[in-house]
Amino acid sequence: MPTKVLRNLRALPFALLLIFAAVLPVMAGPFEDAVGKFANDEFSDTDEAVGAIATSGNPLAFPIISALQDGRLMADPETKKVYVTQPDGKIIDAATGAPVASIPDSAAAVRLNNRLRRTVEAALGGLTLLSPDPAKRIQAAQSVFKTHDETMLPVIDGALAKETNKGAKLAFTEARAAILLFKADATDAEKLEAIATIKARGDQEALALLTGLAADQPPAIVRAAANATSSIQSNLALWSIVQNGWYGLSLGSVLLLAAIGLAITFGVMGVINMAHGEMVMIGAYVTFVVQQTIRTSYPGLFDYSLLIAVPLAFIVAGAIGIVIERTIIRFLYGRPLETLLATWGLSLVLQQAVRTMFGPTNQEVGNPSWMSGAFELGQITITYNRLWILCFTMAVFVILLAMLRYTALGLEMRAVTQNRRMAASMGIATSRVDALTFGLGSGIAGIAGVALSQIDNVSPNLGQSYIIDSFMVVVFGGVGNLWGTLVGAFTLGIANKFLEPVAGAVLGKIAILVLIILFIQKRPRGLFALKGRAVEA
Amino acid sequence: MLIQFRSTHDTAKSLSRRHWLAATAGLVLGLATFTSAKAADDTIKVGVLHSLSGTMAISETTLKDTVLFMIDEQNKKGGVLGKKLEAVVVDPASNWPLFAEKARELITKDKVSVVFGCWTSVSRKSVLPVFKELNSILFYPVQYEGEESERNVFYTGAAPNQQAIPAVDYLMKDEKVKRWVLAGTDYVYPRTTNKILEAYLKSKGVAQEDIMINYTPFGHSDWQTIVADIKKFGSAGKKTAVVSTINGDANVPFYKELGNQGIKATDIPVVAFSVGEEELAGIDTKPLLGHLAAWNYFESIKTPANEKFIKEWQAYTKNPKRTTNDPMEATYIGFNMWVKAVEKAKSVDADKVIDALPGTKTANLTGGTSELLPNHHITKPVFIGEIKANGQFDVVWKTPGLVAGDAWSKELPDSKDLIGDWVGKKCGNYNTKTNKCGGQGS
Repeated sequence: MPTKVLRNLRALPFALLLIFAAVLPVMAGPFEDAVGKFANDEFSDTDEAVGAIATSGNPLAFPIISALQDGRLMADPETKKVYVTQPDGKIIDAATGAPVASIPDSAAAVRLNNRLRRTVEAALGGLTLLSPDPAKRIQAAQSVFKTHDETMLPVIDGALAKETNKGAKLAFTEARAAILLFKADATDAEKLEAIATIKARGDQEALALLTGLAADQPPAIVRAAANATSSIQSNLALWSIVQNGWYGLSLGSVLLLAAIGLAITFGVMGVINMAHGEMVMIGAYVTFVVQQTIRTSYPGLFDYSLLIAVPLAFIVAGAIGIVIERTIIRFLYGRPLETLLATWGLSLVLQQAVRTMFGPTNQEVGNPSWMSGAFELGQITITYNRLWILCFTMAVFVILLAMLRYTALGLEMRAVTQNRRMAASMGIATSRVDALTFGLGSGIAGIAGVALSQIDNVSPNLGQSYIIDSFMVVVFGGVGNLWGTLVGAFTLGIANKFLEPVAGAVLGKIAILVLIILFIQKRPRGLFALKGRAVEA
Repeated sequence: MLIQFRSTHDTAKSLSRRHWLAATAGLVLGLATFTSAKAADDTIKVGVLHSLSGTMAISETTLKDTVLFMIDEQNKKGGVLGKKLEAVVVDPASNWPLFAEKARELITKDKVSVVFGCWTSVSRKSVLPVFKELNSILFYPVQYEGEESERNVFYTGAAPNQQAIPAVDYLMKDEKVKRWVLAGTDYVYPRTTNKILEAYLKSKGVAQEDIMINYTPFGHSDWQTIVADIKKFGSAGKKTAVVSTINGDANVPFYKELGNQGIKATDIPVVAFSVGEEELAGIDTKPLLGHLAAWNYFESIKTPANEKFIKEWQAYTKNPKRTTNDPMEATYIGFNMWVKAVEKAKSVDADKVIDALPGTKTANLTGGTSELLPNHHITKPVFIGEIKANGQFDVVWKTPGLVAGDAWSKELPDSKDLIGDWVGKKCGNYNTKTNKCGGQGS
């Protein structure tokens, strides 16, 4: 017996070792060690793991770190196992690369904070510098440009030598310049050349790099950097004027879009329509309902949701407009004060109705992919949603103008507004035209709601924030004149955006209001006053 | 009337006075028993003063539901002092003067014992005189600018030192932020908070040119210029962060513009004090990944109490996706403290409950125990959360313990010597330098 026990005991360490080797292959090497740290759920451990994995040269490094960035890296705190869900949905064990059937329920995505995200970005930058995709190479070079990490220099040099793509080559050159500028043992000549390269880049990031340069450099370099900084700054100052102009156009297009329906109901028909904003809000809610339906039933159509919402919003808001005209407003023609009160009350009713139906909170209206993001034009950023809204507004404006000019309904509308009694005696059913005109104005407000849902909250209060601006635009532009509304909207938009950087958003808005009051004193009928008999009517 | 009638029927003058006193006492006692008998027949009334229509409905409706939920839960446990609680809900419609009117109605007409309500500071300031005059109790559940301590008000939301200052500390230490944009909506909370933060940052050696302060009107929707300015300000070669006190509706277009202009949290993080789970429900959060919020509670915090609360709340609202947020937790804490104080005082009488409240301890939803302090604020933990892709927050940092709320900011020269102490000094603005009650704010 004792010998047997003894033999068993002697075998114990060996057996234990075997068990360890079988159960915990994770403990086998530095790479596996590093991967195991992800399961500790400590930011500092994750940080160490990323550093170790990025420099390990292991082929799994890239899939692991990119999975970490996208939240696809799962770690099980109990078994200390780490899994990667590949972009194609396959699951592998992060330590070995072996395929795994499924991830246990106890595993959770490895958490990141901003500091780690930067580390991950930099690590990925290093790993993707030699990616076959030029866009990825450029992105990687940009992240090196920002971090100007000295250890990347040999990789950049190697990449630069092989690079054939023009854009990537420039990005690598700039990244190299950024590294050299901050490298302690770089020669003055190298540094001067680097400054020239960065100066040629000329954007905010170049400026950030140059201003971040320590002051203990040789005088020649400090001078060159200062020169480059001031030249970039004056260049950027010019661009900022272009930028303000663009922002003004964009704000103007939003104002025009919000006001254009009012230009019909108030401008052409003379109805002080305080419920105009609520028509915009209804258009936005139509967009929400359309997107909701698409999300649940036809997810593939999401990018077309706005195209579907535009005609629907027009029909819904237009129909509500016709009902309002037939049931309330037609009894109040010629009584502006009562109209004002009635439509204001109506606006509250509509708001509360929407609040009751959809709840008081914001509804999520997503941006289709073609409306998200931005592109750089020179040194300014142009966001796609603003650009599309500008195009859309102009299209709506042109269609409306054409409709008023070339269709029978347009002709009748103009006839009725210019001389109602004469139009009636010529056989035009004026009350039908009134209803249709009000419906048209409301429908266009509904379309505006579709576009505004892309940049603003979709909540019952959406309309309120646009009603004052809309009246301002219509009155400023000249009541009864669509071109006046157009010029008015863009004038206010651009003036606002050039005042805002100087006076701040709050004072800028006040200044605009004061300017309008002064302007109306001088020209009570707005920019483009109607002349002739219509004025007296 | 009754008093005069009796005293005129007495002949002896000295007796008349005694009788008069006795009669008055009797009457007061009678009235008191009469009113309390009426109000306390079988229920204790709880007033709910949150806007259910107008601009603030977006935030306040949830809190109304929370109070109703808490009352429901309490009644299931048998109510308070053996009586059922009964909610009286009024709608002040986001209209500040109407808040005062409705508060008066709740206290005088409906005879409520306590009111849970208000969101904006201006609504709180508007009801304050009513609560003082009629001597009733208000629980205010929202983070606010501080600089106030009133006998009739209990502040269960965060004071600036329980939200803004720890957030700035985190950015300074963990993110090594050197340049600061203080962006806010133009009203009292952002202005005061930014004043406090500016003083705090300067005391930490941040230069004037490294602080940019920007105010925008309510509901501001065109953020292009400001976001471009922030981008420019952030490219001066020093790590930059935005501290946002932007309110309510203006946040969605702000974050959309940030996302579209490509400002990522890894470059310029934005830490917000008014953006919670509810606000994020209206945005696609993917571009916002990593931006921060500072609160005393997050829905994502895993504690048994919180999980239970969320489960019951979703069951109560019959909506399995309904989110919870920080002001809801503040309402929860306030409600439980009130229940404890009433049980301790064995009465719903305002004076007795006000005296019983300081020192009351109750568990919060994040695993700690909050205590009501003599300055009528409470102790709370502070969490910094990063926005995740699913619209929730991931807690990346928290204070080691609970932070006591300061009624008066230590950073502002006007208020650094003031304390609120309704237990010892019986004063909301006691000056510790001059040892006198009074000074700014009362």
